[in-house]
Amino acid sequence: MELLVASAIGVLVACGVYLLLRGRTFPVVLGLTLLSYGVNVFIFVMGRLQSGTPPIIKTGAAGYADPLPQALVLTAIVIGFGMTAFVLALAVRARSALGNDHVDGVERSGPERVR
Amino acid sequence: MSLLLIILFPLLGAVLPTIAIRWGRNASAGSAAGVAIIPLALLFLDAPQVFAGKIVQAGWDWVPAIGLNLTFRLDGLGFLFALLILGIGLLVILYARYYLAERDPVGRFYAFLLLFMAAMLGIVLSDNLLLLLVFWELTSLSSFLLIGYWKHHADARQGARMALAITGGGGLALLAGVLLLGHIVGSFELPVILRSRELIQGSPLYLPMLVLILLGAFTKSAQFPFHFWLPHAMAAPTPVSAYLHSATMVKAGVFLLARLYPVLSGSDAWFYLVSGTGLVTLVFAAYVAMFKHDLKGLLAYSTISHLGLIMLLFGLSTPLAAVAGVFHIINHATFKASLFMAAGIIDHESGSRDMRRLNGLWKYMPHTAALAMVAAASMAGVPLFNGFLSKEMFFTEALELHQAGTLWWIVPAAATVAGVFAVAYSLRFIHDVFFNGEPVDLPRTPHEPPRWMKVPVEILVVLCLLVGIFPAYTVAPLLDVAAGSVLGGPLPEFDLAIWHGFTFPLLMSVMALTGGVLVYFALQYRFNLHMIVQSPSPGRRFYNRALARLAGLSVAITGGLQNGSLQSYLALLVAVTLLAGVFPFWQLGWHSGGRPLGMMDGVSGVAWLLLVVSAVCTVIWHRRRLLALIFVGVIGLVVSLIFVRFSAPDLALTQILVEVVSIILLLLALYLLPQTTPRESSVARRMRDAGLAVAAGLGTGGLVWAVLTRPQNTISSFFLEQSVPGGGGSNVVNVILVDFRGFDTFGEIIVLSIAALGIYAMISGLRVERPALDPAGRPWAAGGHPLLLRVASRILLPLALMVSVYLFLRGHNEPGGGFIAGLVTAVALIMQYLASGIAWTEARLRLDHQRMLAIGVLIAGLTGVASWLFGAPFLTSAFAHLHLPVLGELPLTSAMMFDLGVYLTVVATTMLMLVTLGKIGARENA
Repeated sequence: MELLVASAIGVLVACGVYLLLRGRTFPVVLGLTLLSYGVNVFIFVMGRLQSGTPPIIKTGAAGYADPLPQALVLTAIVIGFGMTAFVLALAVRARSALGNDHVDGVERSGPERVR
Repeated sequence: MSLLLIILFPLLGAVLPTIAIRWGRNASAGSAAGVAIIPLALLFLDAPQVFAGKIVQAGWDWVPAIGLNLTFRLDGLGFLFALLILGIGLLVILYARYYLAERDPVGRFYAFLLLFMAAMLGIVLSDNLLLLLVFWELTSLSSFLLIGYWKHHADARQGARMALAITGGGGLALLAGVLLLGHIVGSFELPVILRSRELIQGSPLYLPMLVLILLGAFTKSAQFPFHFWLPHAMAAPTPVSAYLHSATMVKAGVFLLARLYPVLSGSDAWFYLVSGTGLVTLVFAAYVAMFKHDLKGLLAYSTISHLGLIMLLFGLSTPLAAVAGVFHIINHATFKASLFMAAGIIDHESGSRDMRRLNGLWKYMPHTAALAMVAAASMAGVPLFNGFLSKEMFFTEALELHQAGTLWWIVPAAATVAGVFAVAYSLRFIHDVFFNGEPVDLPRTPHEPPRWMKVPVEILVVLCLLVGIFPAYTVAPLLDVAAGSVLGGPLPEFDLAIWHGFTFPLLMSVMALTGGVLVYFALQYRFNLHMIVQSPSPGRRFYNRALARLAGLSVAITGGLQNGSLQSYLALLVAVTLLAGVFPFWQLGWHSGGRPLGMMDGVSGVAWLLLVVSAVCTVIWHRRRLLALIFVGVIGLVVSLIFVRFSAPDLALTQILVEVVSIILLLLALYLLPQTTPRESSVARRMRDAGLAVAAGLGTGGLVWAVLTRPQNTISSFFLEQSVPGGGGSNVVNVILVDFRGFDTFGEIIVLSIAALGIYAMISGLRVERPALDPAGRPWAAGGHPLLLRVASRILLPLALMVSVYLFLRGHNEPGGGFIAGLVTAVALIMQYLASGIAWTEARLRLDHQRMLAIGVLIAGLTGVASWLFGAPFLTSAFAHLHLPVLGELPLTSAMMFDLGVYLTVVATTMLMLVTLGKIGARENA
């Protein structure tokens, strides 16, 4: 199970980083989203993998999952949403102001521009 | 306490002149003088103790962890310097009132001057070396402001920059030296340091520490080869020069050496470095001074030369030399300040400082001429003037030197030669300006200055004479206490008398006087002094070249790194992060831990496959944006399943709700952005990015694996134990959010609010070109909103709101809470917008999102403030359980109020973000 989680996080981070390095705003936003998925799960599993033991105090509970990473990730998810929204607004605004959606604000016509 | 006040008065009072300038220049100058006179009075209150041989001390902790404390001391040396700083400061304030022109911003001048005064007082009164350094840097900064006061003059700006670069650079060296010293001694407190002479001189770090501290002192005191900033600082208004270059700024380096004299002096390194530098500076600068045609240039080089003399005296390391050094500090301050003021008067009343044009001014300003003559005679070391006394002591000590062996004659010979030059340039100052023919083409007809402009000069000149004629009755007690605290022990026998009989030092004085007169007249009449033009000093050339090269280097580095391409920034960022991550892997090795692994099950396997395939598909099809977005949605859902699977119901709820609003948001944005991404990266670029991505993925995955296979050591047991008794709730995650770490959450909702308001500010009122057809070439649906969705969403709304209330109320004990409830409400409301359109919804749903957002943050903040009323720290929670007839037990906590604030903020920010973005598209529809 640990291997599954570790590899899933690795794949999310790898795909996120690749998209982050693209030249247009929308893929970069998608990359950021993937990266924050990866990072959120990363922080979350620092409390180790525990099944069926939510951190809700009950008499007779078998144990509790680590609540601290969960609390951290909960706000991280919401803040991540705020950040995504902000970057998207920036992208829309930049496109309207600059006439293109390249992250540098300038369209660089590379040799492979024509497919 | 009074010591702190001495510094605080000018420091805080620096604003007064800028306010008082509204009532005129006199008010501004008056307020500055008032601010300077109070510390002088405070200083005199402490005088009896100082003259009784005591050290007045006061101290408070500042940053004790690094040994930086607000400790102050007033001993004889500090008293002498504080007296010079405040006394000459007051005279300069009076003088500047008449010197500065109508159009000069007088208030600012006095503010800078007082600031500088406070910094200097801080240096001389600090009992902690780190504190001293803070004030040291403050003098560099405030002198920068003073030198560059006439900021419309290019040479003023350049001079200020040069002074800052040189003295600031020296300050850095000094910082390193002081840190080394503190490391050797184990404390930065002067009382401890001054007791540790053997420890310091025995340390292997003594030499580097000494060199670094001397670098600081030499740059500040303009010693060769760092002297060249001082002549350039002459671009400052003359009152500034009179202040900085007589009693204060340049004396700071000398002061530092005097301060540390008991522990640093006496070694061979000290002797050769300090007296060597001093000797070279003394002779070199005196030579250069003779050829300066600018009055202030001459005085500048003379100042450098005299500072060299003082350095040399301290370097000699004999007790009497140190006494002579302190004595010369006093004498130089008085005659140099008056000479600068006299030069300022001449400049002010004749419009020129060029000695080739200023001639024969005796006729026009005899009074000023007489004053200048006394001061110049003192500078030359003529008997009956104070400069003579300390110079005679210097000659005596130069002869007493035994450390130099067979080269014993070098110091006395150099001293005599420097004396010759000093007499020559002093004579030139008088003869060339007040006699030597008629003025040449002066801008103004010279005349005597206003009465009060001469008063400061008169006071100083009288002091020169009094000290020169009656040393034992005037300066002796002050010199005794000051020299006593420099030596840190008993004073040597010395006799402050004018006449010691026919001695060798007297012979040297006579040689200097006659030689100086001969040299000057020979230069003037045989070699045509006025025609000699000196080339700029090599120090300045080196400085300019070094500065240009440094600037070029930074431009190259900045240009290389900041090339304006976000892609390369991010690639660099990822690469550097990887390198930082690789290092510990490589150093410590990477291996799995021994923690027992969890069993894999089929559902998890399928979910894993779904996630990996979707992630890869997102990358493969990222150019087809809508398709990629769908895959991202799938990943989000799988992530929330991960949270469900591993016991995090709150996270799962949050994730799935955020997923909904995020996807709506991304769709809205996609509507306004191109639908596809062109292929424009080269293959090499894509391979590089793929390499970085794979490395990042492997690194992160490897790290997770390493962590997950190791046992956990967590602090969470505290939260689990305290959740119910301390926070009154059994949902530990929620209790952490609103109670234990409530302050973090408060910060987070504020960040969220800022993001929402930022979006509103960026987007509101924006108009964008909207494609007329969809990517497939079809027109957008014109039919409006589907009936079924409209009806269903309206029926669902109250239900959804009830669910959110339920989630909110139970949040403290069961999965739920403000964040989740807020997101549910937001999704329910957004459904109305989607189903029925913005116009329809806003007509019925009159929600002012911005006001709601403010109310949310306010409620959360006020809940925190409320705990102050009960004497508890910010955001301390309280709780009670309420029994209601129908509803049963209702837990009531103050954290619930806080959670309500979170709820409102989340609803408001989410709505504000989405509606703002949604309205862009709608605007052209209407």
